[in-house]
Amino acid sequence: MSNSFLDLMESRDVLLADGATGTNLFNMGLQSGDAPELWNTDEPEKIKALYKGSVDAGSDLFLTNSFGGTAARLKLHDAQGRVRELNRVAAELGREVADTAERKIAVAGSVGPTGEIMQPVGEMSHALAVEMFHEQADALKEGGVDVLWLETISAPEEFAAAAEAFKLADMPWCGTMSFDTAGRTMMGVTSADLAKLVEGYEQPPLAFGANCGTGASDILRTVLGFAAQGTERPIISKGNAGIPKYVDGHIHYDGTPELMGEYAVLARDSGAKIIGGCCGTMPDHLRKMREALDTRPRGEQRPTLERIVEVLGPFTSANDGTEEGANDGSERRNRRGRRRS
Amino acid sequence: MSEEEDIILSELDDEELVQQMYDDLYDGLKEEIEESVNILLSRGWAPYKILTEALVGGMTIVGADFRDGILFVPEVLLAANAMKGGMFILKPLLAETGAPRMGSMVIGTVKGDIHDIGKNLVSMMMEGAGFEVVDIGINNPVENYLEALEEHQPDILGMSALLTTTMPYMKVVIDTMIEQGKRDDYIVLVGGAPLNEEFGKAIGADAYCRDAAVAVETAKEYVARKHNAMTA
Repeated sequence: MSNSFLDLMESRDVLLADGATGTNLFNMGLQSGDAPELWNTDEPEKIKALYKGSVDAGSDLFLTNSFGGTAARLKLHDAQGRVRELNRVAAELGREVADTAERKIAVAGSVGPTGEIMQPVGEMSHALAVEMFHEQADALKEGGVDVLWLETISAPEEFAAAAEAFKLADMPWCGTMSFDTAGRTMMGVTSADLAKLVEGYEQPPLAFGANCGTGASDILRTVLGFAAQGTERPIISKGNAGIPKYVDGHIHYDGTPELMGEYAVLARDSGAKIIGGCCGTMPDHLRKMREALDTRPRGEQRPTLERIVEVLGPFTSANDGTEEGANDGSERRNRRGRRRS
Repeated sequence: MSEEEDIILSELDDEELVQQMYDDLYDGLKEEIEESVNILLSRGWAPYKILTEALVGGMTIVGADFRDGILFVPEVLLAANAMKGGMFILKPLLAETGAPRMGSMVIGTVKGDIHDIGKNLVSMMMEGAGFEVVDIGINNPVENYLEALEEHQPDILGMSALLTTTMPYMKVVIDTMIEQGKRDDYIVLVGGAPLNEEFGKAIGADAYCRDAAVAVETAKEYVARKHNAMTA
């Protein structure tokens, strides 16, 4: 059986992924606080329009509307019993759009965080997390996705649980974390950490990287951080279209399509193979990204941090935890002897 | 970590013990914190003094290192958990002794949002700083906020959102408060990963707080201002 994602990965130098889901659905009338996943069955035409928006703008792959599709998240909307249905339909709608397109398009089954904190710090057990991710993975597979796509994760424990679940579902996968806290994930994972982490799984991801986070500059520093580890594994960069602002009752991201075009070129030159947007990235942004990737020659070397700042603006934090001496909390205050119990 | 040594808490003098509590909070050692709180109580320390000098002092260091990107959420959660152990012992005693209050806060994550990591951190850090906190949990429609405000009459309303799909709901809550003429009765603080200062202003909050440490600083500042305004 052919797999569009594997074919594209093999035949293309760079792939353009999609943009935002939430921001786009808002513009179609989704109300704040409602579950986007319920629209898979309530408003299937709008979900197809969302997918088609990416395809028409030039994306090679798009993510399904299933980010909050684990039982942990659907429970919030009293839909925890509909995991299989909502994820399957998200995938089926995607399959329909991809298979009627004139060129080869891959469908990636989006899997977001459970929203729970994993043990030992939090309450969620490894076994339960695996079970929830497995349930969602099976449903996305049943609906026909080419690849599973884990995104916006901050904890290594949760990443590992999903990796295990995807192996149980016997599905290839890609995975990204969100580096939004001083260049690390909320749980303190650095770009260098993730590059090492993914090599340790029984079934490693086909590609790994970063999504969301803060601004476009920051995510490129993260991509450079992956590349600096000398990884052979393809790198993903899905950054936000600038910073959210509230304009006339709507969330608007301040990154222009032109800026996202620059971002796409710099992401490619930094070493990313799969490039897309996240929050605030609309079809107009994707079109400029497609155009930039297709027309601008590849840079001869990776851009410097100075160059990134020059083109895209300043970083939101002075460093990202990968610089020398920053590891293992050496900045932490000097402690007296630790008391043993 | 190079020099592991056994420290007997009860053999430390007061000053050393407080220093050790700072370290133990930093390392998230709950049992040790509980033991130290009991030792200080047995030495005649007032509950309020233990809270402010030992626990809040220690959490201030944790908060500063979290703000500066030296500590991350897992470490802070462990520290807050250790702090909670101490607070559990002190809380009834504080109520009995009529200790001064910093202020009070109702806090919750908005409708549609399940994320409570940030909110919990703020709750614990606020409690750590001596505030009374009523946590109304996740997925709150506007009615829940209004009921909680009515019931608890706090100084501050805190709202949290982690998703771009839920953050506009904060404006729904604030607009409803305005409609009912209640907006100015409370200090409204908002926070969450996708927010920023401009967003906070645009929806009509008093302030956006970047993280839990900033939330505590901002809360103190606004409550002091409010109290000054009331006595002026």
